[in-house]
Amino acid sequence: MTEIPEHLLKRAQEARDRAAASAPADDAPAAAAGGAAEQTPEQAAAASKIPQHLLDRAKAARDKSAGTAVEAAVPAAAAAAAGGAVATAAPPQPTGPGGHTQRLLTVVKSGSIQDVKATPVDKVHVWPHLLVVEFVAALAVTAFTLIFSIFVNAPLLELADFNATPNPSKAPWYFLGLQELLTMFHPMVAGVTLPGFALILLILAPYIDKNPSNKPEKRKFAISIMTVHLMFWAVLTMIGSFFRGPGFNFVFPWEAGLFFEL
Amino acid sequence: MAPKPPSADQVKQAVADLTDKTQSSQAWNSIFRPGSIFRKGYNDSPRNRSYVIMNSVLYHLHPVKVKRHAVKVSYTLCLGGLSFFLFILLTVTGIFLMFFYRPTAAAAYADMETLRSAVTFGLLVRNMHRWGAHLMVLSVFLHMARVFYHGAYKAPREFNWVIGVILLTLTLLLSFTGYLLPWDQLALWAVTVGTNMMGFTPVFGDNVRFVLLGGVEIGNDTLLRWYVLHVLMLPFVTVIMMAIHFWRVRKDGGISGPL
Repeated sequence: MTEIPEHLLKRAQEARDRAAASAPADDAPAAAAGGAAEQTPEQAAAASKIPQHLLDRAKAARDKSAGTAVEAAVPAAAAAAAGGAVATAAPPQPTGPGGHTQRLLTVVKSGSIQDVKATPVDKVHVWPHLLVVEFVAALAVTAFTLIFSIFVNAPLLELADFNATPNPSKAPWYFLGLQELLTMFHPMVAGVTLPGFALILLILAPYIDKNPSNKPEKRKFAISIMTVHLMFWAVLTMIGSFFRGPGFNFVFPWEAGLFFEL
Repeated sequence: MAPKPPSADQVKQAVADLTDKTQSSQAWNSIFRPGSIFRKGYNDSPRNRSYVIMNSVLYHLHPVKVKRHAVKVSYTLCLGGLSFFLFILLTVTGIFLMFFYRPTAAAAYADMETLRSAVTFGLLVRNMHRWGAHLMVLSVFLHMARVFYHGAYKAPREFNWVIGVILLTLTLLLSFTGYLLPWDQLALWAVTVGTNMMGFTPVFGDNVRFVLLGGVEIGNDTLLRWYVLHVLMLPFVTVIMMAIHFWRVRKDGGISGPL
């Protein structure tokens, strides 16, 4: 058998001593057996953490059910500690109008005494409501890409040749707006400064736009400036894509044909 | 004499027993987490609807619940999600293409022709990669426009907008670096025009161009450089940025409120 550690033995001995000391002499066997179980209610109350006013209330209820006169003297301190919410000691008397036991004193709107911080948000489960939408969208895009790819081949021209510059030479379509700008400005302005400036402005947009509203009618300036900006690039890209022919000269696609590869 | 074939009930019983045995085995239960719908099957209940999200590594990008207006297709048009999906589609098709492509000036174009003519589904997958890439540029751009017009970049989502603009730039760079790889006339001269533009960067112009091309003009080194950028470095950075982007979407309280 393993040896019981010394500190446990010591603790057990202390508990036994305490039990023997608290139990009356004539109750010795019970005290030796269990100790606390045989304590009087007052002792138990003292030992437990139940607040005094609750014990008083329970005692009042017990007395009432036993038919004895209720002791009205609930300790004032206990009543105060409970915020005045402790049950009154006296049994309710039908004293109000019509024999009611309660009266309506006043009506207080909830906002004036309660600070409602979180209003419940109307929410739905992601599965199935969102996942189904996402799945269908993904499926539609896959189907579109697949079918488009079956019928339209990606361009592959002749082998790269440094000695045969195609006329016109065009950048990928998303840079054609920039290439179009090159016809108007010095390359440093058109190719780097302007797009760099636009990019920085775009990044800084949330720090420049201090208007807290997201309602379109309250942010007319932001929306107009963005729309003009987007239209500007869209028009430049369209011109660069479809209206520029040999020598990057302006042509009409319905006359000169398309000079555009994706 | 052949033994009598088992009756339908017996088969049903055997299947049920086998299912029970599998679902209570240690191996099965080690694969699927407690609460996973694969442990005990799926009955539609609010609890199981939550478990579907919580017990899937991919789905738990999502919260268990979202605001009702967030699932309205007319609000987001799924553009952000579709950009991510196109990125996955491009990764899958791109990995396929990598098996058949060598990034050297001598081999690249021949590999493209082999891919188109001799590789099973090579032409189709290459088409999907190309069109998917253009579609992704478009959807990322439209996503940005949608977010702007909804004022969704406002506090507390300012920084996520910044990440978003970086992702837009990364998308353009990914598309542009991929443009050179076929090594045909279109690739060569589109990239020539593009890099010439970047060469006009103030002060560092020549250095920028040299770093981009891996030399003074487009060649073998450029191809290798852009290949590594295209298949490894830019996707790596993009994935990290996307992780931050999605994480911030949730931390900033889901997608923005209705107008």
